[in-house]
Formats: sequence, structure tokens, C-alpha cells
Amino acid sequence: MPNMSVNGVTIDDTFAEAFGMRATAIVITAPSRKWARQAAVTMTGFATSVIGCGCEAAIDLDLPPSATPDGRPGCRVMIFAMGTDELQKQLLNRVGQCVLTSPGSACFAGLQGSAELKLGSALRYFGDGWQISKKIGDRHFWRIPVMDGEFLCEATTGLTKEAVGGGNFFVMAQSSANALAAAEAAVGAIGMVPGAIVPFPGGIARSGSKIGGKYKGMIASANEAYAPTLRGVVASELGPDINAVLEIVIDGETNEAVAAAMKAGIKAVIELGPKRGAVRISAGNYGGKLGKFIYSLKDMLP
Amino acid sequence: MKALTFTLVAEPPERLDLSPLTPERLAGIERRDVERIQIGMSKHGSKVGDIFRVAGSDPTSIVFEGGSARLDLVAQGMRAGSVRLVGNAGAQAGRAMRGGKLTIEGNAGPYAGSGMRGGRLEITGNAGDHLGAPLVGELAGMNGGVLIVRGKAGAFAADRMRRGLVAVLKGSGDHAGSRMIAGTLVVAGGTGEMPGYLMRRGSILLDRTPARMSPSFVECGAPESVFAAIIDRHLIAEGILKRPLLGSAPHKYGGDNAVLGMGEVLFPR
Repeated sequence: MPNMSVNGVTIDDTFAEAFGMRATAIVITAPSRKWARQAAVTMTGFATSVIGCGCEAAIDLDLPPSATPDGRPGCRVMIFAMGTDELQKQLLNRVGQCVLTSPGSACFAGLQGSAELKLGSALRYFGDGWQISKKIGDRHFWRIPVMDGEFLCEATTGLTKEAVGGGNFFVMAQSSANALAAAEAAVGAIGMVPGAIVPFPGGIARSGSKIGGKYKGMIASANEAYAPTLRGVVASELGPDINAVLEIVIDGETNEAVAAAMKAGIKAVIELGPKRGAVRISAGNYGGKLGKFIYSLKDMLP
Repeated sequence: MKALTFTLVAEPPERLDLSPLTPERLAGIERRDVERIQIGMSKHGSKVGDIFRVAGSDPTSIVFEGGSARLDLVAQGMRAGSVRLVGNAGAQAGRAMRGGKLTIEGNAGPYAGSGMRGGRLEITGNAGDHLGAPLVGELAGMNGGVLIVRGKAGAFAADRMRRGLVAVLKGSGDHAGSRMIAGTLVVAGGTGEMPGYLMRRGSILLDRTPARMSPSFVECGAPESVFAAIIDRHLIAEGILKRPLLGSAPHKYGGDNAVLGMGEVLFPR
């Protein structure tokens, strides 16, 4: 099938291939938006890819005071991992080191799922015997004394096995500035989609990879078919007009959330147009044999 | 189906044990047989039909029209459904409730909600002494559920409470929250002598500075408290209070240091 063109942006006739993952979410609140985000950004640092970080995590949404359990500004943070045990470990390490430590923070369940992960019920041991259990309505909290008062933390949060990781698309432009502008527009639009995160730096990956490599032990290595400097020397996917490619990788709470995020991102890129942004959109896949979830770009158009 | 309604015909001649008249125990019983249940606790041996006029047929929703301080053990051990008493109750209303909803539109006698484990008991008037408390020989008082008194409560409210929520909205008598093991006691409208006397753990939340604390409680400052925000919002969401009780940084007394000393008395500054 021929590639399509929408608003001057070429859409490759291809698809993104994504995988089933385990995910959880928490709500972090703080006395101000600044400190809620600080705790969230800290705990989601070094969480771009399960390949090297153990999990993929990012802020899903900023929550206004009216939408948080304690009436303070908050963030919903999502964490994705390949297995339940790793997810549990990452959740406790990250909340314990980055949220418990952040001034004025509190931490709540952000997901109701098929199973539960320990949150406060494990972190409570920091209280060294002075922790207080409180059941309020049908929710269970732990209050842990800290130097600015108390860290209040919900006992458990939910786990979903319906999560999807690895939804993606490439924005391809004539200059790196245009590619970045298109990718930023996409990330901005995806930020509004509930239940979907873009875990790479600022939501953007420039080192999209292929599986394996020529060196032993490399799980992933350079995707030379999309590297503009190698356009003439390898079997390149890039035409003469492409000088920069950026990838948006999307993890979602559900299949639908990933699809909604891809639609929102691609819409933003198309609306920006080829002059200021991308001239072409493509997506990464493994031939459709490995991943359980397939997102055809032609179904993701606005 | 219409609610199963027991209308009090006259002041009972003796104390009555209403514990057989709960949704569980009346399920599947014919009205004729209901009227034959003995509820009198003295030589009179009154039966339901002697005291009440019975109407309706839905035992999951029971209404007592007319109250008396002689109506003891209303809804004892109830697990589900609803019981509503329009009038006063005697002793041990809602004793050992496990679920469902009991509403007393009047005053309740001593030991209301004693040993509750679940469900919701709401008393629109006043409650007697030993609200939610254990009977003699029992180790723990309330063990779950929500107990709301819109009026005053007597002495020893929430005595030996272990879990759940007790809210008294127009003031309590002496020794509120005495010997608490855990759980939450809310008292708006003032407390009597020594709230939290010999409490081990648990939270007593007040709307004002307590006047006469035991000297074995110690001042613990007033840091910002997310717990205060959570419980304030919960009390409003449950329809228990209309405005926040504690605010964002309540004062704390810790105690009772005559025993374990891990309880708290919180009140707004």
C-alpha cells in the first residue's frame, strides 16, 4: 500500500508493536505543586527503559487540589515493569528513597487493579515502632514520623496486568530543530491523555534501538537504518530529505490508553505540519511476531 | 415490600430484650410467629404481640415506631440490612453489631454500640455512659464500624476501643477514650475530666483545647498533618460533620504515659 500524506506529512504504512506489562500508579501530594512535582520527578528519574532501569516510570497527570485525597496539589505517577516482583521492588525503592524523603510529601494509591502491591505496609518499618496505622473508611494508611511532621502513605496500591508498554512512533524531519519541535508537540499532547506516559527524557528518545547487536551481551544497539549519518552506507529507511529522527515511546494503563496517546501525539505532529516540524511519521516493530499489541499508523490518524 | 414495622402500643411493663428482632433472625419467619417471640425479661414474659402492633413484611428493613428506655439490645448482633428506632432506646443498643445500619432517632441508654465490629450506628439524641465500651470482663470495646452520636455522650465513651470510628458531636462526659487500644474517637463540643485516661494507642480528635488532661499527657507541638486533612475530609464526606474539625496543623498531646504512651489527642490551634 502506498504511504499516505496528511497536511503535507507522510505517514508510513506500518505499525507500532507493543508488549504486555505490569503497571501500578500512585498519587503524590505535597504542600505546593512545585514539591509534588519534585518528588514525582525524582522518583521517576532513571526510569526510561526496562532494559537498563528495571522499570519505566513518569508523571501521568498533574492533579488539582480538588482531585487529590488530602486537598493538596498532586501528581499521578505510573510505573511499568515486566514482572510483578520487579515492579514491587522498584515501587518500594523509589517511593522509599524519593517520596518519603521529599519535604511535606504524602503518597496514595493511584490505581485499583486485579492485585495489590505493598506501599506503606512495607515503608512503615522506617517508623521504627512509632508508625501509626489508621483505617479511614475502606482505606488503610500508615503515618510515619519524619523530621517535618508525618509521612502519610496508603498501605497498598493496585497492580494491573492489562498494561501495555512500547507503543511508539518516529517523527522524521529535515533538521534536528524541526524534529524536536514535532516531538515536543507530540509529548505535550500525550501529557493530556490519562493513563499514558512517555518515560524517556522529556518524553523523547533519540537513540531508538534494534534488538541485539554485533557485540556479545548487547541487548539493544544502534538502529542504523534510522541513523541519518549512515544513510548512504547501510540499508537505510531514510530518504534524502530526512536529517533527524526522534522516537516517542508510550506506556499505557490499557491498550486503549496507548492508542489514545498515539492518536493525540500523531495529531499534534500533523497539525504542526512539515515546514516547522516533521515531514514523515513512521513506527517501530519487529515484524508483528513478538508483540501482543499492534497499532497501525493509518488507524491512528486524526 | 414494606418495611417490617413494630409500633409500640403502650409503655412496656418490663425491660425488653429486642435482640431477636434483627433482619437475620426474622428472615423467613411468618408474622404470626413473630408476634409470639418472647421479649420480656421478667416474670411478665411479654411477647412481641403484647407490646407492638406488627405491620409490613420486609425483615431487611425494620422500623420501631415509638421508643422507651426499656427497649434493650436493639439490633444486637445485626450483620446486614437496616433497623430504625423512632424514639428512645434502652441499654446496649447495637451491641456487637457486625454490619448494616442502625438509626436511633432519640436517646440511647448505656453501652450503646458496645463491642461493635462493623456497620453504622447513628444516634440522633444523646447516649448514656460506656458508649461502644466493653461489658464487664471483656478485653476490648469497639472493634470496627462507625458510631455517631449527634447529641452528648456520657462517661467512658469509646472505653477500650480497638478499631473503628466513634464521633460524639455535642460533648462527652468524663474519661472519653479511656484505655483506648487503637481507633479514632472524635468529640466536638467539649470533653469532661481526663480524656484519653490510660489510653495506649489511638487518636482522640477534639474541636477545642481539652480543659482537664491527665498530667501524664505531654505537649507534642503542632506540625503540618496530612492525617488531619484526610480525617477532616472523611468526616465531612460521611455526613458526620459539616466543617473541618482539625485544620491543617493541629496541636498534639501524646500519651497516656502512665501506660504505653503512643496515643494522641489532637485539637485545632
